[in-house]
Amino acid sequence: MNMLANQRSLRKLLKHPLAVAGFFVLVFFYFIMAFAEFIAPYGFDNSKRDNSFVPPSRIHFVHDGHFSARPLIYPYSYTFNSYAERTYVEDKSKPYYLSFFAKGDKVKLWGIVPISHHLFGVANNPDNCRIYIMGADGVGRDLFTRIVYGSRVSLTIGFFGVAITFLLGFLYGGISGYYGGKLDSALMRFAECFMLIPSFFLMLALRSAFPMKLSSTQVYLLIVVIISFIEWAGLARIIRGMSLSIAKQDFVKAAKALGASDFRIIVRHILPQTLSYAIVAVTLTIPHYILGESALSLIGLGIQDPQASWGNLLSAAMNVSDIQYHPWVLIPGIFIFLSVMAFNFIGDGLRDALDPNR
Amino acid sequence: MRDDLLRRTLIFVPQLLLVTFITFLFINMAPGDILAKYRFDPRISPASVKEIEHKFHFDEPVMVQYGYWLVRLCHGDLGYSFSREASVSSVIVERMGNTLLMSSFALIFTWFIAIPLGIFAAVKQYSWGDRILSFISYFGMSLPGFFLALLLMFGIYSLSNTSFGAAIPIGGMVSPNHDQMTFFGQIWDHILHLILPVIVLTIGALASLQRIARGNMLEELRKQYVTTARAKGLPENQVIYKHALRNAINPLITLFGFSFSELLSGAALLEIIINWPGLGSLMLEAVRSQDTFLVMGSMLMGGIMLIIGNLIADILLVIVDPRVRS
Repeated sequence: MNMLANQRSLRKLLKHPLAVAGFFVLVFFYFIMAFAEFIAPYGFDNSKRDNSFVPPSRIHFVHDGHFSARPLIYPYSYTFNSYAERTYVEDKSKPYYLSFFAKGDKVKLWGIVPISHHLFGVANNPDNCRIYIMGADGVGRDLFTRIVYGSRVSLTIGFFGVAITFLLGFLYGGISGYYGGKLDSALMRFAECFMLIPSFFLMLALRSAFPMKLSSTQVYLLIVVIISFIEWAGLARIIRGMSLSIAKQDFVKAAKALGASDFRIIVRHILPQTLSYAIVAVTLTIPHYILGESALSLIGLGIQDPQASWGNLLSAAMNVSDIQYHPWVLIPGIFIFLSVMAFNFIGDGLRDALDPNR
Repeated sequence: MRDDLLRRTLIFVPQLLLVTFITFLFINMAPGDILAKYRFDPRISPASVKEIEHKFHFDEPVMVQYGYWLVRLCHGDLGYSFSREASVSSVIVERMGNTLLMSSFALIFTWFIAIPLGIFAAVKQYSWGDRILSFISYFGMSLPGFFLALLLMFGIYSLSNTSFGAAIPIGGMVSPNHDQMTFFGQIWDHILHLILPVIVLTIGALASLQRIARGNMLEELRKQYVTTARAKGLPENQVIYKHALRNAINPLITLFGFSFSELLSGAALLEIIINWPGLGSLMLEAVRSQDTFLVMGSMLMGGIMLIIGNLIADILLVIVDPRVRS
């Protein structure tokens, strides 16, 4: 693709409002993910058991009838109702002021740089009053903090997965389509085996091969491998179709006549022709990984507590009769939804922009 | 044509066997097995555990075990489920019926709503109706089914003070007092329990199918035979519904086979979330308890249902498209 076509595609992409919106949403999410330790007000596993399912903190500007330019919150204190359930009420006796760059938990940014100031938090806080902008979970951890840390899993898993899927799918499909004939049909029949079982069933069966208790890094890698194992076949089939028709074209014959090896022809001449399809497919495949991870973690076979991922956080919402007391546990689902939608929008925009017929 | 169908179906058999073999290897790779609960039970002597092991060939190499499984499969025997203490086939038949009940309703609703909407959007391209539909489709395509299910459950639960919310159950397949109901009461009970899962599955599949139907229809409308039909003075209705529509439908029918697979996958996860006693929740249970034969049986049934879906699509295509017949 030459510069001119690139620029034209880019201009077309910029005219696609949804793609642009999706792009900004993702930039925002990935920015938060990159600086998770700084943006989250607490450490990822900092619990306060007294604050089980505390509702989101209300931010006030008035204390005791006096206006305050600094936002303040009140701590929640609880009483038990007649069903022995905790009911939280704001304890308005003492205000706690919020500030930017407040001192809080000591964490290591990217595991290296030690920091103790966070983007925001409760200033001068000897009583350990917590700010919960999205409420607390069952052991009093800040849900917002958990979501921010959870993005480290949910937003990166797709990229690793896509890397494996595409390496495998492209080589397999490219070889199959280039050689054609018996090898082609044998390879394709084999690939179809993996499309024969409903993907969720295959996912469960593959997960069953490994112990239920694994470290979170192991689970992360396992999920990447499992979903790649399911995804590559469909991709290989499409690339095979494209490669089959490209292999018949003159420039492939010319390369052959010049004595290029088969591998070189596939990698240097055929696969680059499928690039614009690949770019779109990558963007539209990443959501499959986000959803796959969420699904596995949601039913307890994926990332385990205390580590957070969006799916694992949403599993708190599985107990429906309890959600009404703390509906904010549904918030991680909104993040899953928004990131999936953003990738879909960008993929759609790219498809329109890269299509020379439009 | 019949030979072609037969050939394509026969190819599935070795493929399905290969998948079951891989699954078998995987399940046996995992540490521990279903008999662990017997081993730790002081009431059962080690000798009788050994006996069970021997009877079900657990003491032999994996390849041999798979061989025994295949032989039994040829006799129509899927083996014994230790976790449910019943034959695998009896467990699966019951669960598969439940899954099919849910997914077939969803399938019917999806197709009867999505295709007319897609055609409408294509015929009235760039109208307000089309734009609103596009927007909703984008939303629906990205909304994960499990999240929608949780949202709906929460929504219905919060309305449980009203008569509407109280009437719609949010989990399971039957009410606790199902057995005491009259025959029609039981059917009504089933229908009420179906509302939530069918809505979730339909919304999930509806959006993408509507987009595809719209795209196909637009492509057909751009073709020359449509211009010809218009040029020779055919009324617009006939051009759209008699010429373009029939051609636009064909690729969708091929899609039917694939959509069945996605539907089963989505249904499996949904079943787990809403406690629907179907094949998906059975599979999770089997995987958790390492009940090898039950996992194998569920996988096999999942695969067979998919094959049947594809076969139905092929047959429908033959009925609809005269070009395929020759």
